[in-house]
Amino acid sequence: MTAASLPATETTAEAIGVTEVHKSFGQNEVLSGISLSVAAHEVICLIGASGSGKSTLLRCINLLEPISSGQIRLLGQDVTRPGVDANLVRRRVGIVFQSYNLFPHMTVQRNVTLAPVKALRMPRAQADAQAAELLARFGLADKRGEYPDRLSGGQQQRVAIVRALAMQPEVMLLDEVTSALDPELVAEVLEVIRELAAGGMTMLIATHEMGFARDIANRICFLEEGRIIEEAPPAELFTDPKDDRTRRFLRRIVEAGRL
Amino acid sequence: MTTDDEPGTVGAAGPSGLSVSGAGLTRRPSPDGRIVEPSPGGFFSAGRGPRLLSAGGGRAAVVSTVSTLVVLAALVAIFLAAPGSAQVRHTFFDPHDMWQSFIGNPSKGYYSVGEAIWLNIRMFLVAEVLILILALVIALIRQSTGPVLFPLRVLAMIYVDFFRGVPLLLVVYAIGFGLPALRLAFVSSQSFAVYGVIALTLSYSAYVSEVYRAGLNSVHQSQVAAARSLGLSHGTALRYVILPQAVRNIVPPLLNDFISLQKDTALVGVLGAIEANQAAQIYGSTFFNYSSLTVAAILFLILTIPLARFTDRLIEKDRRRRLAGAVT
Repeated sequence: MTAASLPATETTAEAIGVTEVHKSFGQNEVLSGISLSVAAHEVICLIGASGSGKSTLLRCINLLEPISSGQIRLLGQDVTRPGVDANLVRRRVGIVFQSYNLFPHMTVQRNVTLAPVKALRMPRAQADAQAAELLARFGLADKRGEYPDRLSGGQQQRVAIVRALAMQPEVMLLDEVTSALDPELVAEVLEVIRELAAGGMTMLIATHEMGFARDIANRICFLEEGRIIEEAPPAELFTDPKDDRTRRFLRRIVEAGRL
Repeated sequence: MTTDDEPGTVGAAGPSGLSVSGAGLTRRPSPDGRIVEPSPGGFFSAGRGPRLLSAGGGRAAVVSTVSTLVVLAALVAIFLAAPGSAQVRHTFFDPHDMWQSFIGNPSKGYYSVGEAIWLNIRMFLVAEVLILILALVIALIRQSTGPVLFPLRVLAMIYVDFFRGVPLLLVVYAIGFGLPALRLAFVSSQSFAVYGVIALTLSYSAYVSEVYRAGLNSVHQSQVAAARSLGLSHGTALRYVILPQAVRNIVPPLLNDFISLQKDTALVGVLGAIEANQAAQIYGSTFFNYSSLTVAAILFLILTIPLARFTDRLIEKDRRRRLAGAVT
């Protein structure tokens, strides 16, 4: 856990803080006053139907989407106040997307080293060495010279995770990273995330994999219509949900054979 | 000067017989229209050759070769049987005149078309680089979103509308005769070739900037998000992630524009620069034999056809790459 481990400079227990965040796309309010606190080294899973606001919340935390109102804090620092350099914030927050979004015109190696070299001004030799080490750790050592379209979906998604880790982020946001994968490729990606969790990475994970969420999460948040309806440790939320809407959602999941 | 642009059109429209005859009819004796028939016939077969081979099937290859030869023979027969055939062959395809105009003889008052084509090539090479740069700048301005750049965006839009709307020939005249007339210190004392390059650059940049813009739009927004999410600045993301993908997508249309540019260098002849077309024109008006224009047309074809085939190759390679990507 060299590259991905948390720096010791951290002083506050809260890694990510979200307070009363609203976000609208035109007339359509996607986040309706959402509040959430993620402690350092904590793994939180966001569950809920498509359109409940999980992805938008993650994109807002990464500042890919401006919020309409509210506050987002990263390691105690308000990152939504005016004048914050979004690029500096994004370098500390890794995000991985459902559709991998690897750069198709670059080799795996270049995908991983581009941001450290260009954004962190890391010497190329160091970036290359770090990329080699990370790729080897996630079983991708022999793919360094390949282009993304020669890789399977699972391999591409693992590369995307490595690409984010190469920036040595303090928190990781995972946006339904297994949703676009063929079922037989899901496990290899989940294995990578388990390893990150074991290494102490703070993670906020939007997922439809309920079994995985139950295994890995310290807490589960159930979202509906841009709000957190219920928030509890997995054992509690999956076996004894308090809210009717959570119960309804979980019943549909069970009926679909996904839990 | 006005007649000078006409051979330019002949050279320019060389590969397609129809537009040559259409353009030639206006100011030339009527046989003009017919002459060009054998030449497209010949290029027709040359262009088809490689594709015939790659078509694969032995029987199909034989059938298409035979049908090509039949069509070609018919065209040649029509040309030879035409009432004015002998005269046309003498005026436009006389081997002696073709050779004389190719090598030139300045002491007798005419220039070598073969030498003059180098001016076209030089103008093309310089204009090409300038166009690639200017067009990219215009495209990036038009794609920008910041409110501060609004006036620049309006200017860029007016520029593109203007130079796409005004015929290149008029731009060549305006620059070639307008800039010297201003009697400015440095600007007004350049050669016609320099003014020609400026005119070509101004006009073609408007077209090419639109090609760039299409390319930039063809890169998916998720690529922008992925690059920015890693903390790359807007400029860095553009340079290393967006532009390389955009350029890859637009290489074929870009090369297409450059094929067109290669032959449009002939328009600079209207200023009096001795490029291939102007040299051919001078030979023609000295000896009343236009075989020199045929030489110029052939030279332009020698320039443009390799680039055209190269473009085809790239398109095919790209298609295969995409297919391979889709399979895995």
